[in-house]
Amino acid sequence: LRIKEEASRLLDSEYMVPAIFIILSYFAWQFSGLTGSFVFNQVVTRFIRDGILVLSLIIPVVAGMGLNFAITVGAMAIQTALLIVIGYQVEGIKGILLAIIIGVFLSLVLGYVIGRILNRVKGKEMITTIIIGFLFNSIYQLIFLVGFGTVIPVANKEIILTRGIGVRNTVDLGMYRNTIDKLGLFKIGELEIPLFMIIVVLLFAAIIFYILHTRFGQEVKAVGSDRQTSEILGINTNMIRIKVMILSTILAAFGQLAYLQNIGMFDVYTAHMNADIISCAALLAGGASIKKAKIRHALMGIFLFHTLFIVSPQAGQNLFNNAALGEYFRSFVAYGTIALALIINIKNENKFS
Amino acid sequence: VKNYRLKPPQIIISAFLILLIALSYILHMDLVVLLNQSMVKLVMNGVLVLSLIPMLNVGAGMNFGLPVGIIGGLVGMCLAVNFRMTGFYGFFMSILFTLMICTLLGWIYGLILNRVKGREEIAGTFIGFSFIPLMNYFWTLAPFQNREMLYPIGGQGLRPKISLENYFNHILDNFGLISIGNIEIPVGLIFVYAIICLFLYLYFRTKIGRATIAVGENEAFAKLSGINISQTRLIAIIISTIIAGFGICIYAQSYGFIQLYDEPLSMAFPAVSAILIGGSTGKKTFIFEAILGTYLLQSMYLLSVPIANEILVPELTEILRSFITYGIILYALLVRERRGINS
Repeated sequence: LRIKEEASRLLDSEYMVPAIFIILSYFAWQFSGLTGSFVFNQVVTRFIRDGILVLSLIIPVVAGMGLNFAITVGAMAIQTALLIVIGYQVEGIKGILLAIIIGVFLSLVLGYVIGRILNRVKGKEMITTIIIGFLFNSIYQLIFLVGFGTVIPVANKEIILTRGIGVRNTVDLGMYRNTIDKLGLFKIGELEIPLFMIIVVLLFAAIIFYILHTRFGQEVKAVGSDRQTSEILGINTNMIRIKVMILSTILAAFGQLAYLQNIGMFDVYTAHMNADIISCAALLAGGASIKKAKIRHALMGIFLFHTLFIVSPQAGQNLFNNAALGEYFRSFVAYGTIALALIINIKNENKFS
Repeated sequence: VKNYRLKPPQIIISAFLILLIALSYILHMDLVVLLNQSMVKLVMNGVLVLSLIPMLNVGAGMNFGLPVGIIGGLVGMCLAVNFRMTGFYGFFMSILFTLMICTLLGWIYGLILNRVKGREEIAGTFIGFSFIPLMNYFWTLAPFQNREMLYPIGGQGLRPKISLENYFNHILDNFGLISIGNIEIPVGLIFVYAIICLFLYLYFRTKIGRATIAVGENEAFAKLSGINISQTRLIAIIISTIIAGFGICIYAQSYGFIQLYDEPLSMAFPAVSAILIGGSTGKKTFIFEAILGTYLLQSMYLLSVPIANEILVPELTEILRSFITYGIILYALLVRERRGINS
């Protein structure tokens, strides 16, 4: 019995998951035979690509709403904005600014809608956000695959399929590609450090840190720890939860913008698809749970999760002579991390209640 | 069925269906062929939909972990094909293998779900999602021998799509097929479907079945009346998993292929949406609702494919399909929780 208790305490410990990730990545890295500098550069790239998306998950967790799988909606909002801007051929920095304005506005509206929906399904937020993500994905496809060129006129014919209906699968972001990444690029030997973008990600981390320490942040924490009590204390919990979703969606929009400008190509129908799963798994890999998430969990999680993500296909190739196995391992890690976190957290919750 | 009332989603879907029938009539499509196909489609997808009922009625919510049962069925069929069992014998053996594997899988799945009581839906979603890549290892590494199942080059790992042409393709579809003019009624197929419905109906009449419904309706009260909650839930989840396994066997024999790897990933949501269109709200569900929902949804899909092709945007069907699927699930989540607060 003592051992069982000891084991369950170890399993609940915040450092358990990161430790497993470190061990797994270390072995996978050894088997992959990739050089340390290659892995490092890749991980740094992923850090600036996915950083803000992962950070956007923190506030909903603090508010007690669990993992927000609907960050894909924020991603789709900024993609919509980009397509509009490209469609009307607004170029350069003006285009990016316009896309941000439209994207933020769309995220604000959509975040409000999501918040309203989630207020009606308290306790079942996570499954609802998954469904919302899928639903908006089909609306998004409906608009761009069917609506563009039929109902909505498009000036820029280059992004439309040859049949005249629907946007192409890939749209080039040539005019915006890597404009920001190259700013302040440091080189130490083979290591490349895009200083400016790292600062941007850390800036977003700082903003979230600041928000959580304002009066609003205190209220969010109160709602997260005990909804009934905070209601009695005079906090409008429903309004707080809506604001949280708006914030999360807007942050996700910025996150997807950072992601897209880093890649430079834009897969119109798939770029946002796995943003939610990968970001959630990364956050959990850093030691967060569905009840508790801190900024350090997000920052550490991106490094740990993506190290494993980068080395595992090559490790699969070398170990089993089959790269697909590494690929399966990747998806297993992503889904499995979330599944395990959910099971352990909900089990503990049920035990105490 | 007594106090059955039409709900908004059903009205919308029925109206849409009537519109599609009218459209297909205007476009001079062969309605008889579509009617024949609709009966096959009903059973093809219907058993997977029926599999959701025990879990809904025990209060474990919509089973988004359907891939667990589906994978059990896939393993069962792969075993039968591997030993080159053909015809009725092959299909019967797949069902038997499926029964054994799904009992085991369902038991494990049930034990896990019993620990996450109240949040089965989100946990089930991710158990299903993570089980799929895990099973991809099995499909790749398991020592299957039949060359017809393996990748043609290399000879290691199962193909993503295994043809059942030489095994039990359409075995039930063609069993007792009665033709009246142009109308073909797959009596055998519908008979099998009816047996499963009847089994479920009888199950809910037994003592354990009544306990299942009692647990789903009011767990605290059921506990007070001396029902073993965990055990009842476990049995319901195992039955759900087994029927899901049967469901994929019936689906595969109609479709003609065993689809492996990531294919089960997207199968749970359409099945759930079908039962919701039938009138379930994610709680106690009647068998009748599952049948009605499947028939409405499948006929609609069937009609929408040729019509979308006619108006030059073939992707439209797929988009419409996912829009309806997720829209209806979201609607059910919203409606159910609101009722939960009032009652």
